[in-house]
Amino acid sequence: MNQTASDNALEVRDLTVAYHEKPVLWDIDLTVPKGILMAVVGPNGAGKTTLIKSVLGLLKPAAGQVSIFGRSYETSRPLVGYVPQRGSVDWDFPTCVLDVVLMGRYGSLGWIKRPGKADRDLAVQALGKVGMDKLASRQISQLSGGQQQRVFLARALVQQAELYFMDEPFQGVDAKTERAIIDILKELRSSGKTVLVVHHDLQTVPEYFDWVTLLNVRCIASGPVTDVFTEQNLRTAYGGRVAFKSQIAAGTEAEP
Amino acid sequence: MSLFEVLQSLISDYTIRTVALGSATLGIVSGALGAFAVLRRQSLLGDAISHTALPGVALAFLLTGSRLPLTLMIGAGIAGWIGTLAVMAIVRRSRIKQDSALGMVLAVFFGIGLVLMTYVQRTPDAGKAGLDKFLFGQASTLMTRDVWTMGSIAGVALIVLFLFWKEFKLLAFDQEFGTSMGFPMRIIDILLTTLLVAAIIVGLQTVGVVLMSAMVVAPAAAARQWTDRLGLMVVLSALFGALAGVSGAVLSSLTDRLPTGPTIVLCISAVVLLSFLFAPNRGLVYNWLHGFRKRRNLAMDSVLLDLLELADQHGSRRHPHSPDALRSMSGNPLAVDKTLAELHQLGWVVRTEPGLWRLTAEGELQANRRLQELEVTR
Repeated sequence: MNQTASDNALEVRDLTVAYHEKPVLWDIDLTVPKGILMAVVGPNGAGKTTLIKSVLGLLKPAAGQVSIFGRSYETSRPLVGYVPQRGSVDWDFPTCVLDVVLMGRYGSLGWIKRPGKADRDLAVQALGKVGMDKLASRQISQLSGGQQQRVFLARALVQQAELYFMDEPFQGVDAKTERAIIDILKELRSSGKTVLVVHHDLQTVPEYFDWVTLLNVRCIASGPVTDVFTEQNLRTAYGGRVAFKSQIAAGTEAEP
Repeated sequence: MSLFEVLQSLISDYTIRTVALGSATLGIVSGALGAFAVLRRQSLLGDAISHTALPGVALAFLLTGSRLPLTLMIGAGIAGWIGTLAVMAIVRRSRIKQDSALGMVLAVFFGIGLVLMTYVQRTPDAGKAGLDKFLFGQASTLMTRDVWTMGSIAGVALIVLFLFWKEFKLLAFDQEFGTSMGFPMRIIDILLTTLLVAAIIVGLQTVGVVLMSAMVVAPAAAARQWTDRLGLMVVLSALFGALAGVSGAVLSSLTDRLPTGPTIVLCISAVVLLSFLFAPNRGLVYNWLHGFRKRRNLAMDSVLLDLLELADQHGSRRHPHSPDALRSMSGNPLAVDKTLAELHQLGWVVRTEPGLWRLTAEGELQANRRLQELEVTR
């Protein structure tokens, strides 16, 4: 890929974010190489969502630089896709599944221009990938939680990005949806894309992801799962509050 | 006056035709933009804009001495716009939430407006100023020139709405996603709000500042009942607004001392009431019928399954049973007789002798099907 000047998909330097006085993220340095699936884990209030939002420019950081493929975010924006938390929108909005997925095309369409047949084809294709092609014309208030999540995923797929940010895509979804999301994550990786996922379930980290960032206001550790997903790092991030960590970190099939 | 005469005068009578055209215009534009305000949970913004417009009307008159609708509308628009931007700025730069910010700005501007209005009334040619119609609205004084002004503003607003349809939809559904794709969502927000200001000042003279917010909220709330598509909702909302505007304004100009604003609001309230009652899927009557049908099907299913179970216990599908046995098994014993009669009509059960029932072959088939469905969902 000649347009990408750097080997890293994402580089974050000295990122600090504060809501009012209290820092939510403190001096984060983060490097995400190209072509990996990275989980961002940490306790509630660790700043996982804040990290994604400030990288995407949805929040104004107090300090720090972000570069995507070696360039500023404004330049690299067409290379970025975003899956927000499912609960962030009103699912009673009067629109259908296909229409929501088409919103992923708005970025490349630009001002005023409406989505055309090519965009619609892409959207239908993405819906097929998430197993929702039969529900394209369904009103979005009639979707289950898992289906809502898959619609958001399809919307991100039609963005045709190189680097994806996903905020808790596994939150409260059924087993079938979890499977579908994992399949898509792996497909994205094998086509050379980079995905950064805010994740809650420590148990599945070694199975689903190859890199992990442990976050708790500060960046505790970041690197390949085999290197940094250790008991000591988990204890630092979670503060000794999770008793079953040692089994997870050891990579055994532990019951919670 | 009969309905026919009203329709006839709509075409032939200059005053009534003008009033009808003007109020249709205001209904269409406030209905269309109100749909977005309601979907964005900004219904009260309409109220705030119309109230903050009042000092603009008075100031425009005091500064220019002109009573031209365009002058007064520009004054109203500027004041409404400043008020709205003030609300947005307060929400963004402080910890005060939107509802409190709206309440504060509305009260301050409306207070200034009332003071200025009182001052204007006391000036020598107060009677001729006619600014008081901006409080409760007056349709009968509309002139062709006013309708042209209203129509031009409304037309421009609707064209802009159509052009930036995609951007406005994105703003209403998922603003942060829009920002992540690089759209300047705050500017789009200001643009949409400006259109709402335009829609409101179009209606001010006719409906009045006090009740104008009803024309923003009510048509959209009614339209939402009938459709799940944004485009159709906006069109329906515009139609409902026009319908209420025309009927209210014509009624009030045909009757002595019937204020226009309140009459229009009563008309749109009737549309809202009908929509809440009778719209499919969301209406109260529909839900009531739907619930009734569901309860009846449930009662029929449970009697069918009970009969099947009784038959199995006796080892013979042909063995009849008394309603008493069914009543003892049923969760709703009082409904058993009625349910048996309904099943009998369907030909799923048959009475072998007085007071004894058994399943027919078809009934057995249906009961087994229900049983399988239950096991699948379990």
